[in-house]
Amino acid sequence: MAAPGLDGCSWFAALSLGVSLLKCLFMDAYHSTDFEVHRNWLAVTHSLPVSRWYHENTSEWTLDYPPLFAWFEFGLSHVAQHFDRNMLVVENLNYASPATVLFQRLSVVFTDLVFIFAVRECCRCVQEQKGPRDVLSRPSFVLAVLLLWNFGLLIVDLTGFMFGKGDGFPVCVEQSRHLQGALLFAILLNLKHIYLYVAPAYGIYLLRSYCFTQDHKDGSVNWRSFSPLRLLALGAIVVSVCALSFGPFIAMGQLPQVLSRLFPFKRGLCHAYWAPNIWALYNMLDKVLAVLGVRLKLLEEAELPRASMTGGLVQEFQHSVLPSVSPSVTLVCTLLSILPAVASIWRRPRGARGFLRCLLLCALASFMFGWHVHEKAVLIAILPLSILAVESREDAGIFLVLTTTGHYSLFPLIFTPAELPIKVVLMLLFVIFSFAALRKLYSGQGSLLRPLESVYLAGLVAVAIACEIVFPLSPWQQRLPFLPLLATSVYCSVGVSYSFLRLYASLLRQDEKPKQL
Amino acid sequence: MQTWSLVSICVLLGVVVRWGVSLNSYSGAGKPPMFGDYEAQRHWQEVTYNLPVQEWYFNTTENDLNYWGLDYPPLTAYHSLICAYVAKMINPEWVELHRSRGYESPAHKLFMRATVLVADLLIYIPAVVLYCLYLTDGSSKKKVSTLFCFLLYPGLILIDYGHFQYNGVSLGFALWGVLALGLGWDALGSMAFCLALNYKQMELYHALPFFCYLLGKCIKLGPMGRGFFLLVRIASTVLVTFALCWLPFLSDPSEALQVVRRIFPVARGLFEDKVANTWCSLNILIKIRSILSSDSQIYLSTACTLLAVLPSSVKLLTKPTFWQFKLALANSALAFFLFSYQVHEKSILLAALPVCLLLNDLPLVAIWFLLTSTFSMLPLLLKDGLLVPYVVTSLAFLFFSLYLLSALEHCSEEELRLGAYHKMLFFLPKLDLACITRWKFYIGVAAMAGLSAVSVALVPPPHLPDLFPVLVSTTAFLQFLGTFLYFNIVQFSGPPSRKTQKKNN
Repeated sequence: MAAPGLDGCSWFAALSLGVSLLKCLFMDAYHSTDFEVHRNWLAVTHSLPVSRWYHENTSEWTLDYPPLFAWFEFGLSHVAQHFDRNMLVVENLNYASPATVLFQRLSVVFTDLVFIFAVRECCRCVQEQKGPRDVLSRPSFVLAVLLLWNFGLLIVDLTGFMFGKGDGFPVCVEQSRHLQGALLFAILLNLKHIYLYVAPAYGIYLLRSYCFTQDHKDGSVNWRSFSPLRLLALGAIVVSVCALSFGPFIAMGQLPQVLSRLFPFKRGLCHAYWAPNIWALYNMLDKVLAVLGVRLKLLEEAELPRASMTGGLVQEFQHSVLPSVSPSVTLVCTLLSILPAVASIWRRPRGARGFLRCLLLCALASFMFGWHVHEKAVLIAILPLSILAVESREDAGIFLVLTTTGHYSLFPLIFTPAELPIKVVLMLLFVIFSFAALRKLYSGQGSLLRPLESVYLAGLVAVAIACEIVFPLSPWQQRLPFLPLLATSVYCSVGVSYSFLRLYASLLRQDEKPKQL
Repeated sequence: MQTWSLVSICVLLGVVVRWGVSLNSYSGAGKPPMFGDYEAQRHWQEVTYNLPVQEWYFNTTENDLNYWGLDYPPLTAYHSLICAYVAKMINPEWVELHRSRGYESPAHKLFMRATVLVADLLIYIPAVVLYCLYLTDGSSKKKVSTLFCFLLYPGLILIDYGHFQYNGVSLGFALWGVLALGLGWDALGSMAFCLALNYKQMELYHALPFFCYLLGKCIKLGPMGRGFFLLVRIASTVLVTFALCWLPFLSDPSEALQVVRRIFPVARGLFEDKVANTWCSLNILIKIRSILSSDSQIYLSTACTLLAVLPSSVKLLTKPTFWQFKLALANSALAFFLFSYQVHEKSILLAALPVCLLLNDLPLVAIWFLLTSTFSMLPLLLKDGLLVPYVVTSLAFLFFSLYLLSALEHCSEEELRLGAYHKMLFFLPKLDLACITRWKFYIGVAAMAGLSAVSVALVPPPHLPDLFPVLVSTTAFLQFLGTFLYFNIVQFSGPPSRKTQKKNN
């Protein structure tokens, strides 16, 4: 019997409606500091002249996104004034009238529509296998759920509004609409400079597949097919978007000020809640060595700087045993780590999927080695991986590891006891769905996870129980309050690093045997 | 995907919606001196923990019955006692005698909401899952869809997790009873129903169908033989269950009598507030309360209720099948709701549960009724500040149930069992009743949406301050009456034929 009602494209509407209603339900749930950030930016852009935007610092949440976002906030503020004029007064710090909250949440719902549209485009691109299949096992359905009901996005929406729904834009490039893709990416980059992480992937890919119109038979570069016209077109688009956004500020000579706001390097190697990247492991190693050194009488305790890394606040600090890490070091590491991926896509671009893989690796590499990375950034890698996961079995296995650890590392972002059931239940929902659906998709091809990976993920459950339930009730709660954060970050960084290495391995392996996609 | 993963996803979604609703306000929040149902439950924890059993239902210096005195049967008291023990471990201030009156804090709210969720997870939700998996027919996808819609029913979620009550416990026990009876375990079923009855006396709305079904079954098995033994088994189970629940009160007959007096207060009027039943709606046209004396009011309502519930019960007695049982539950609960004495709006949940059981068989009418039941409680929900959860859950329920159960596609005349209507309305020209039903559904939903919007957005004129609650209850009443007649007709039309069942599968 055919599944009742689950036919045609109506399931997509059902999924989108479901997730939007769920977000509406949690409208009153949680205001994080991001709420105040948003309100402050609305106020600043509305009430002050353009020349003051990047100098304004009445509130601690200064404008630190690129100018196009500021223009966007400016536009929004004109709608906001109909809800509640008072939120647009700069001095009204922490102003939160019901109308203000309603407006904020509604604007999020609206931007969600953009994301839903992007997801729909993604699902269209997924290759379907022939033959009638029950809707629940179709790759496009699985992908739609993995993207729309992504736990990370839901949690991030609960805590703040700032997250990029723009990750759907890579899809346009997939469909070989290169110019459109370039335009969208330029806009995206000027909205949130976090996408600088993946700019090399875009740049090299567009250069390679668009500017060189033909390849040799074996896929390598045909220098003679270089088309300067196309390069000019690309360049024009990118430059014009940047001019549109930065133009006024360059004219006013405020570019250094803007850049200093955009890239505040005073913020310290790690975010308040350590993102599970290499530096978390590095810090941990440093701490362990320091403690060992003191125990073995190799170091003087007095010489060590005070323990402030686990302080949970955003500060600069020095490492005690291992050499300290400066921003330039992280930049070099990041560049080195994305070089092989970018090189491989230059030598042999494998169409849309190859680009996606490179994009994903750039994002993940920047996450692993970047300066002051926020845990949310792992979502920039997870979302493209979802697309790959519904098409390749190996990627599905890596996806399961990366998403489970990446999503779990977001747990500390929600810490009130009232929201604990929500995050646990939503996480369980996503885990059960991703495991069951992907397993069904690749049934008959063996297990998706290797035994070691299964053990690791089971261990994650143990860590979760320890941190959420056991620890708050234990005596160490007072003395070492940031121990759960530390444990979570370190455990997750193992998983994330492992996924990173496996993804790289799969890319380089594909490189060795070129496949025509 | 495997059924168990789909089932767990549905349950988790149900839990997330429940918890989302529970983040909102509760009844009587910040409204001294009496507050609301939330404070009543907290007060019962205080009373049951600090006072000896003998004093729970009596008016003493320690226990002022005017301030939310216990008026549910003993099982509620025991449940409050267990919650009180947990509360004491976390924060003794919550249940301190006298001093904790009107205690409100975010931590306490979290605790109370958690108790509701735990009770649901232990009692109501497993019953729903087992019912949908074992007692509904259709493919496993259809079962899971039914499960999801059942769990998403807004009325129960809003009352239990918003307004604050423990209906999930009593309805859950009743559902276990239905489940056991459906699987043929009669003694266990009667025990479960007795537990439900001892939790909330309002479960008496369901008592007649249980009685008639079991009696009818005994008679069918032969009054002098297996039937008799079954009857004895059931009777003894009931007696033992009651005895166990009322054990602390049986030592002194005056205590038991006092409990009964508390749970059946007869000194009140025909109806209170605006409720969507006959008397309240009739009151708009004829002021019944002032015309009749209070005694004759009682007689009138009893007579009408019995009359309304008689046909369905007799039919069940003569033909005790599970299908008849489900319909009789719905009919009996509706009859009591429409015609009984001192009915509260929340009692519609007792009619909603049997109708949820019919989601699989008569989707369109069931969905319509369930929406109307939620809508009928709108004034109460608005008073509690639950507008956003009301809108979101109602929209979600409407959309997902119509979509997953394909209610609008499966509404031919046969499926809606409208054949009997043709026979009754033979004097009217041949009408497409299915189309009419669909249009009635659309108009009904539109009316409910419109009235909801109007109740929120507009201010009533000063000479008619209760305009919107009255409009809401009258509209709901008309729809309830129509549904009541429909279910009665369906019950008398005979069981679903094998042919239609095969087509649906």
